[in-house]
Amino acid sequence: METESFTKTHQATTVTPRTITLSINGQQHALTILPYVSLLDALREYLDLTGTKKGCDHGQCGACTVICDGKRIISCLTLAVMKEGAKITTIEGINHPIQQAFIDHDAFQCGYCTPGQICSAIGLLEEGKVKSREEVKDSMSGNLCRCGANQQIIDAIMQVKGGDNE
Amino acid sequence: MTQIGQPISRLEGKLKVTGAAKYSGEYKVPNLLYGYVVSSAITKGKIIKIHTESAEKIKGVVKIFTHLNRPGKAWFDMQYADMDAPPGASFRPLHNDEIKFNGQPIALVVAETFEAAREGASMIKVDYQETKFQTDLHSNLAAARDAKKGMATLLKPPPPKPTGDFEKAYAESDFKASGEFIHSTEHHNPMELFTTTTLYDGKGKLTIYDKTQGTINCQLYVGNVFGLHFKNVRVVSPFVGGAFGSGLRPQYQLFLSVMAALDLKRHVRVTLDRSQMFSFGHRPQTIQHTRFGATQEGKITALNHTSVAETSQFEDYTENVTNWSSMMYPADNTLFEQKLVSLDVNSPMDMRAPGGSTGLHAIEATMDEISYKLNIDPLELRLINYSTFNNAEKKPYSSKELKACYLQGAEKFGWYKRSPQPRSMSRGQKLVGYGMATGIWDAMQLPARAEAIITKDGKLHVKSAVTDIGVGTLTVMTQIAADEFGLNMEDVLFFYGDSKLPFAPIQGGSFTTATVGTAIVFASKALKKKLLKIAKTSNEAFKKAEIEEVTFKNGMMIYKDCSISFLEIINTNKDKPIRTTNFGYPHALKLRKYARAVHSASFVEVEVDQELGTIKVTRALTAVAAGRIINPKTARSQVLGGMVWSISKALMEETIMDAQLGKYINQSFAEYHIPVHADINELDVLFVQEDDKIINELGIKGVGEVGLVAMPPAIANAIYHATGKRINRFPIHFDELMES
Repeated sequence: METESFTKTHQATTVTPRTITLSINGQQHALTILPYVSLLDALREYLDLTGTKKGCDHGQCGACTVICDGKRIISCLTLAVMKEGAKITTIEGINHPIQQAFIDHDAFQCGYCTPGQICSAIGLLEEGKVKSREEVKDSMSGNLCRCGANQQIIDAIMQVKGGDNE
Repeated sequence: MTQIGQPISRLEGKLKVTGAAKYSGEYKVPNLLYGYVVSSAITKGKIIKIHTESAEKIKGVVKIFTHLNRPGKAWFDMQYADMDAPPGASFRPLHNDEIKFNGQPIALVVAETFEAAREGASMIKVDYQETKFQTDLHSNLAAARDAKKGMATLLKPPPPKPTGDFEKAYAESDFKASGEFIHSTEHHNPMELFTTTTLYDGKGKLTIYDKTQGTINCQLYVGNVFGLHFKNVRVVSPFVGGAFGSGLRPQYQLFLSVMAALDLKRHVRVTLDRSQMFSFGHRPQTIQHTRFGATQEGKITALNHTSVAETSQFEDYTENVTNWSSMMYPADNTLFEQKLVSLDVNSPMDMRAPGGSTGLHAIEATMDEISYKLNIDPLELRLINYSTFNNAEKKPYSSKELKACYLQGAEKFGWYKRSPQPRSMSRGQKLVGYGMATGIWDAMQLPARAEAIITKDGKLHVKSAVTDIGVGTLTVMTQIAADEFGLNMEDVLFFYGDSKLPFAPIQGGSFTTATVGTAIVFASKALKKKLLKIAKTSNEAFKKAEIEEVTFKNGMMIYKDCSISFLEIINTNKDKPIRTTNFGYPHALKLRKYARAVHSASFVEVEVDQELGTIKVTRALTAVAAGRIINPKTARSQVLGGMVWSISKALMEETIMDAQLGKYINQSFAEYHIPVHADINELDVLFVQEDDKIINELGIKGVGEVGLVAMPPAIANAIYHATGKRINRFPIHFDELMES
């Protein structure tokens, strides 16, 4: 029984790598990867775009958030091969007032969740669905911060968003 | 303008908001190998066989290391001991076939890609011989014993000896309060996974990018364990994605990465996965008991505080849980005790405010209980028992502005709007409660070295091996150095996070700013003397100047109405930089007469839903007396971080052990609950003025832990005020507050 299951798993590795082109921060990147390489690992390990962070690899922490076709997505739960033709923006391609607001509000300490928080905040602002501070907090709650900079992160977003801070 | 005291934004901020900051697993390395750890699935026993055949067949797998083929390493236990090792024998990865705890690393699969290493690790089958284990503290209390003593005891002295006659005084006291307090295991869970990238240069030199709170600690560990000359081991760690104590000791991925790099003569990166982040040190589960006695007037006369904590079978980790109450309240009759129980778990280790955040809950909840029994306002009870004398050490405090924390904190929070009776305040369907508590933490300082240099272009460079784990060390040290020479921030560069720089101890315990800051002051003083000496050789006007008469401002040395620029001094020095390296150390003789501590008071408002029992910390304020605050912006963030951790500790986080399996069962961010943005409401921090002329050159006490000592009990006390229910088990869950 055991030998059988080993063989099955082993066969999975005979899947051949494929060459894909990803559009990241306005640049085309060709890379040859196995189909089960996550977008997160493709960015970090194959393209040296390490600004996108790995905190859990299970879609539970939000550190790997990137913007894909204008929406925030979890890059650890996305296979790179699924995103051929998509427009991907990572922290390296971002130049947005929210970054200065994060610095001004001291909205980070260790900085490891920060790229994900920023991508998520930009996604949230572009989605334009949330209004109040409470809604912003809810909508940002997929991005964990272990240093406890939560209040400053929301302050920074509210400053850039403008409007009612209640 | 002086830089100290300014709310300067983090100097590395731009790197962090653009993704340019490089953490230990992010250095681009050619021909890098990836290691993935295989963890033990059993809790105790022996490895009979590790089946590696299938994994070896995977394309890209280079080598699988187990206890059978691991390269030879240091033989003696002592060589595995790091600066923070508790008494006992440090854990030795892949040492032999013995399993000591669940999740123990038992193999490392090294491959050309991360995917191949991970797949290989998933295909390894292990035959074990399991033996009986114990992981439950509550059913093993009969085995409680005293802790072994060792080097670590220096920083963590055992509880003070008994004074007076506690039992008699307690029996005779007018009012009594007591409680049993139960705390679960917690894991640090920094956002960054533990990673080491070891670069093998081919000539026996290693450059190691490690996630750590001590570059030199890891350098010494690697040198000792692998028999390498220290100068051939360089540990670099400029960015650390959170640590909270987990980086105080070298973790096993460091060992495995170096082992594989030396054996394969290749660059190797080993990264733990999130579930493996639950396999090393943790805050130990503890059980505490308190019995406090008070007079009719509210004077505490008798204090008894005991604790039992878990440790591993191979090290005696201790943290000071019961040392605090007599540092705070001057009772004449005291009895304190700390015991350990060895269980089949990995050794616990320091986690933010170790011991203090555990012990203060018991102390301050018991104080709260007394205040209700006496019908005295909880804040008033603290003031009745206020003392600037440390009764545990029998010494006065070097400074203690806790009263200002109480009064200013209460005023700003609106404490006096509280109605005294439990269950007497509400907001719609929700019960409202106010709670407060006191916090205390040691103000420690260790020796460290620092180098100060005036460079060829007249700038100031300052160097220390210290890390910046996100607390603001880079910014704060730059401020301190700038002020020593009257410079702007732009004219100062601080080099850090590298073991080749001057010695700094591990970064923890709230002692870094005092420790490294003082070393910078000492190095600066020496450098100023050197500058003056050189200036005297070329400038007549300075010939008679004494160092005390000279001031420094904007790159100039000034004496009376004469000045000379750093560039001119450098010119005199044949255009060579001028440098000094000096030790900074605490003034042991002067300090011997004083006790030293940082203090705080937290005020908390909670809402508890009457039907559902759900708890919300609606607002909180922590007032802190921590000596001189170098940077109010980063210091505030430190305290706010501690306050978020307080909410987490009191209401959310715990690692749950299944004692049947001997395994933690919630090893993920989905099941290990920490606060999300929606859980955090209004948090406020207030620093009171505290001028301490005794403690060190700069009057620094440190703020890393103090945000996490007062607020957890303040939350528990607020819940009592809201509901009339005193829950002494952390974290407090809604089901315990449901109306029956």
